[in-house]
Amino acid sequence: MNNRMRSASLALAAPLASLLLAFLLSALVLVLVGSNPLVAFGDMLEYGSRLEIVIDMLNRATPLYLSGIAAAIGFRMNLFNIGVEGQYQLAMFVAAVVGGALALPGFLHLLLILVVAMIVGGLWSGLAGLLKVTRGVNEVIGTIMLNFIAIGGIIAALIGRFRDGEISTNSGTKLIAESGWMPNLNGFVEAFTRDIKGRQLSGMLVVAVLVGIAYHLTINRSRFGFDLRASGLNPMAARSGGVPPKRMVVVAMVLSGAAAGLVGMVDLVSRYHRYDNNFSPGLGFAGIAVALLGRHHPVGVAFAALLFAFMDSSSSILQVTGSASPEIVIIMQGVILLTAVITYEYVNQIRQREETKMAALATAGGAA
Amino acid sequence: MLAALHRLPTWLRFALYASVGVLVLAIAESFESGGVGRLTADTASRAMLKWCIPILLAGLGGLFSERASIVNIGLEGMMILGTWFGAWAALEFSPWMGLVFGVLGGALGGLIHAVATVSFGVDHVISGVAINIMAPGVTTFLSSEVFGNRTQSPDVPGLGEVDVPVLAGGTFFGAETPDILGSIADQGVFFVSDLASFARGLVSGIAIFSLIALALVPLSGWFLWKTRAGLQLRSAGEYPLAGESLGVNVIRRMYLGVVVSGALAGLGGAFIAMELTGFYQNGQTGGRGFIGLAALIFGNWRPLGILAAAFLFGYPFGVSLRDLDGQSTHALLLVVSFCLAVVSLWAATARRLVDAVMALVFAVVMFAWYVQTDVAPDWLPNAMPYVIVLLVLVFAAQRLRAPAFDGQIYRRGAT
Repeated sequence: MNNRMRSASLALAAPLASLLLAFLLSALVLVLVGSNPLVAFGDMLEYGSRLEIVIDMLNRATPLYLSGIAAAIGFRMNLFNIGVEGQYQLAMFVAAVVGGALALPGFLHLLLILVVAMIVGGLWSGLAGLLKVTRGVNEVIGTIMLNFIAIGGIIAALIGRFRDGEISTNSGTKLIAESGWMPNLNGFVEAFTRDIKGRQLSGMLVVAVLVGIAYHLTINRSRFGFDLRASGLNPMAARSGGVPPKRMVVVAMVLSGAAAGLVGMVDLVSRYHRYDNNFSPGLGFAGIAVALLGRHHPVGVAFAALLFAFMDSSSSILQVTGSASPEIVIIMQGVILLTAVITYEYVNQIRQREETKMAALATAGGAA
Repeated sequence: MLAALHRLPTWLRFALYASVGVLVLAIAESFESGGVGRLTADTASRAMLKWCIPILLAGLGGLFSERASIVNIGLEGMMILGTWFGAWAALEFSPWMGLVFGVLGGALGGLIHAVATVSFGVDHVISGVAINIMAPGVTTFLSSEVFGNRTQSPDVPGLGEVDVPVLAGGTFFGAETPDILGSIADQGVFFVSDLASFARGLVSGIAIFSLIALALVPLSGWFLWKTRAGLQLRSAGEYPLAGESLGVNVIRRMYLGVVVSGALAGLGGAFIAMELTGFYQNGQTGGRGFIGLAALIFGNWRPLGILAAAFLFGYPFGVSLRDLDGQSTHALLLVVSFCLAVVSLWAATARRLVDAVMALVFAVVMFAWYVQTDVAPDWLPNAMPYVIVLLVLVFAAQRLRAPAFDGQIYRRGAT
């Protein structure tokens, strides 16, 4: 029991240490450029704890979490899906076109949009998986090239055809009918707090939680998840255990892409209801950071997504008060990620060394 | 016939390949309405040379790192650091200091990668991805603090350009010289003039910065294959335990490889800011660090191979950038289709039927597209370079050999 406690505290110490280090480093940077870090961080904390900003944070954390889960599915199999960026943008575009063209009754319309997004994301990501197993194209380079082809090629090629003709100044696709809008969670929040003015808590939050639960159940609790993790750890051993590693690569990439397809849905079904230039870019790469920080654990990734979302949504106050450049949070996020990656590995090594020692002790005890 | 080809000296063989390439381009553009002749124009080859340099430098960066067993996905991030530091120092001090600071910025990124992967044993790709995520954050912050604009800097001076005397009419100690290639190009003889004008683009208006980068190709080859330190570095990439047992400080060689790798990527970043665009801009690397890795793979982890791959990948960038009416990209469709047909034939003779059929299908699709249209749509020039990189990897990625220990984590004392 004592060992478990020690192991748990080690697991917690690593992210806390990296968080602390990131704060110290960014405070140092702020001092160097002549800002007062205490004032800046105080401003962020005060502003970030307002109800409206908390809503902003949750709306930001939702796509970050989905993006993090998408990356995590790949990581669990030793695959690096760097293409979440292209997958979610392409999925969002196609879902916007399909959702705008069709009008199904009520809930079905919304469901269709989400399913289309997942299918498109899954196919585009699966293509990278297919290239890897059939042609030996490294998935990192493959997904990056597919990002550029999706965003600069496919979307750019098709956006002209599906541009909404009625509003000539708007470069977006057709507005989706209201049956395809996600209901917000304001009523639920307001039952506990005061009125939320001018903000809407996206119902995608519920979807994200469901995806997190599904991720946990499939990866950690199912036969399939075991196979997936096994072929990630050792493809040869998994193969002799009857798991075809090539098929697992494609399946993992498809699943990862399907989760990625949902990333843009907060913008699409809860905010803009069309694909245009307003949507938030960069969520794919941020998701990788969130997945690594949360150690691919469904709850860990959630904390990481909330942390990054808090920084993103609370930093805008710095512009107003002028206590520091808001960009300092991008540095903080980068430093947190890098130090977390290093401290996790360090803790991992300590743990391995202890396990070897314990095993050696146990076998020595048995022999005597 | 192939055996005879391989008996030729390497440079001659590559020159021969290049001439065949120009012939294909000349034929393709002769079909283009109006026969604009832009694929073999000196402006095209000059643009190719310029646009291949960042890819070349990223590829050489990858070479140093992977020859020492460390996969460097972080090249893109190190390049980004190079763009900012290069632009800043070029503005603050001088263009030459821009070059130096670009190198330093990239090397700093390389050092971080080395600490994480070599000393702490972090997975190479994870550390690289972390650097790629951190680097744009750092440059955005610095940019908004220093330039007062989070996405862009003021105009940055470059190192200047030169023309080669005699061949392209450059001055020789102040004296005018003839422009031999230029006059052949003006004759308008099919293929001969094309070859001359293409070659002229490579020897006129060369950025001094490009010359420095090109000199690094033989220099890298010499260092890695002809010096003791280079041999030791490569031993770390093939079988570090063997090197260690002979008293080589493998860890130090890995650090050297990764830091040099970052420095080269940073140099490539400084080149982008100073020579290609003339200012620092957020996201201006456009995935060239990754394309450099593709060049490294396609170039089979060798300097000359990387140079050839960089030319191949840089060419569509150079053509597409100035292709406002889509005519050049349209002609490029025919070229790509032709190349795929050759790949298909070659695969068929080697009895790799799946490859043959796949390449043929792509070739037919591209050809049909070419025939059906007069100009390429406006988005194609932007996507074409990435499609070509992916196609090359799809049809070439299998018969290559990476360093044996590439991507694995070495721990001193662990077996």
